[in-house]
Amino acid sequence: MQPFVELTAPACPLPLSNVDTDQLIPARFMSRPRAEGYGDFLLHDLRREAGGALDPDFPLNAHPGAKILVARRNFGCGSSREAAVYALADFGFACVIAPSFGDIFASNAVNNGVLPATVEEAEAETLLAAVGAGAELTVDLAAQEIRGAGPALRFTVDPVWRTKLLNGWDDVDLTLSHAEAIAAFATADAAARPWAQLRAERGGGSA
Amino acid sequence: MTAPRTLFDKIWDRHVVHDREDGQSLLWIDRHFVHEGSHHAFAKLRERGARVSRPELTIGIADHYVPTRTRDLGRADPQIADMVRRLERNTADQGVRLFGLNDPRQGIVHVMGPEQGFTLPGLTMVCGDSHTSTHGAFGTIAFGIGASEVAHVLMTQTLWQRRPKRMRVRFDGRLAPGITAKDMALAFIATVGADGARGHAIEYAGEAVRGLSMEGRLTLCNLSIESGGRCGMVAPDETAFAFVKGRPYAPAGEAFDRAVEAWAALPSDAEAAFDREVVIDAAAIAPTVTWGVSPEDALPIDGTVPDPARIADASRAAHAREAIDYMGLRPGQRLTDVAVDRVFIGSCTNARIEDLRAAAAVLKGRRAAVPGLVSPGSMIVKAQAEQEGLDRIFTEAGLEWVASGCSMCVGMNGDIAAPGERCASTTNRNFKGRQGPGARTHLMSPAMVAAAAVAGRLADVREILGETA
Repeated sequence: MQPFVELTAPACPLPLSNVDTDQLIPARFMSRPRAEGYGDFLLHDLRREAGGALDPDFPLNAHPGAKILVARRNFGCGSSREAAVYALADFGFACVIAPSFGDIFASNAVNNGVLPATVEEAEAETLLAAVGAGAELTVDLAAQEIRGAGPALRFTVDPVWRTKLLNGWDDVDLTLSHAEAIAAFATADAAARPWAQLRAERGGGSA
Repeated sequence: MTAPRTLFDKIWDRHVVHDREDGQSLLWIDRHFVHEGSHHAFAKLRERGARVSRPELTIGIADHYVPTRTRDLGRADPQIADMVRRLERNTADQGVRLFGLNDPRQGIVHVMGPEQGFTLPGLTMVCGDSHTSTHGAFGTIAFGIGASEVAHVLMTQTLWQRRPKRMRVRFDGRLAPGITAKDMALAFIATVGADGARGHAIEYAGEAVRGLSMEGRLTLCNLSIESGGRCGMVAPDETAFAFVKGRPYAPAGEAFDRAVEAWAALPSDAEAAFDREVVIDAAAIAPTVTWGVSPEDALPIDGTVPDPARIADASRAAHAREAIDYMGLRPGQRLTDVAVDRVFIGSCTNARIEDLRAAAAVLKGRRAAVPGLVSPGSMIVKAQAEQEGLDRIFTEAGLEWVASGCSMCVGMNGDIAAPGERCASTTNRNFKGRQGPGARTHLMSPAMVAAAAVAGRLADVREILGETA
């Protein structure tokens, strides 16, 4: 995974709260393989007018080239679909700034190298106004600072996620280094909680 | 003497493989459900040339994309058929048991899991679906995860997590007649907001929760994610043990007795501390419906659409304006004056046998004024309902009775409402376009959906039932 250290880029204001993952990517697009790219599906229905043409006034269409998204509270609430992050990342976003995030979305974002940066509601409003007026932002993960909209703002992010993003770490490799502990746990657990175990079905596959 | 612990902490502590200094714990996962949407995770395994680490703890179910009007994939939309077949291939390649499209036990993962006895008290359970919180009804830690995490669990049977904060939601007193778990959940979400429980594991407690059947508890825990909660749980008791006993994949005989001993020790200790406590007066809860585009936009049925001009907070006022505009409503409009175009009874939230019985009780001997779809939560629920004659009540009322799947809750299988159509729905999300591009969703209990079907508008089920009383 690509590390995230510091990013200076154009930003896009999205002055909406509760932007759920159904908005970020409508369910009907999620059967496609990731290799085809998910960028075109980002906020697919919100970006378009009733006839299907792109709405030139919608922020995403009015701020081409943006890599940072600023939104209101509870961004990414709803379903666990990681495709919501694929759509953001494939569109070009590497960071979303909001007063709060859906837990599963935030975790999915970090697993794809996208930074969910949490700020106070009033700070989000400041940033929305600044980037709406065309300000470019610098998001500095090492210093946990956002610069470019008046005095530098401090954002919060889970310290473990911060380390993971700064280094571009992948969880699976880390976990596999604990393989012995996992095997030992499983053996002890099978003896301690026989009722919690399931047996493989003959032949696997169809039950 | 150990310090008093919550239900959540007792289960969490039992599943820690490794604690890291930075606060992350590697947790053992007891049950992992995969569905058609898990194809991204299986693709990640293929990229690494990896195998499923513990296939016996992984359970495949076709539910998100399955057609409900035919079980013949040859007659289904080719893209949808491809999703179902991809799941069949992925599970077969990895030796994972599958409850496929034509399995008589097929159903929505969160209905079928408890039904088959995969869900037990004291477990950790995950699935690439945010409504996995449903299984917490048995006193289990159950939560939704993304595709990267699904791949991680497939490869390691573990997951890195930070211990969330603990929140207790106490429903004091008893529910009034006709009030259900759905009304409790919507009332709670409206109270704390759609991100009110973010970062917290919720334990639902209090007299009204203890009085719920397992079906009711499943509905309540199902909606935990709509308050932003990491998971939702109810302490296991005799009601839960009785439900589990005799299920195909539940422990039997002596193993069951040993399990009950372990489960009986799970409820939170009397002195256990919670980071946050919310108290709700259960007796004051009315039939509740949503008016907007977030589950937090919920009000008692005798309420009126809010006026954004009277909302002081600018961003909340903007949300209300957006919602009212999308939903085609007017500030101050009485909810009972809102006409509906169709109804849907189904989903992991409200498609269990008790839900179908509640809706049928309203529809019996009545005609629906609008079209609608009834999709049972599983094929076993479907068979049970047909044995009880509920299917005939629905069809005689003019509603369509179809097979089981996620159907119109998420619209992936093609069961959708038309743009601008207003649907009274027993589902979990009233997000814009969730039931189809431009569709408008009002969430409510099965009995309230049945009442809306009869009235052709949002209606108080107590008035409709009162007419014949």
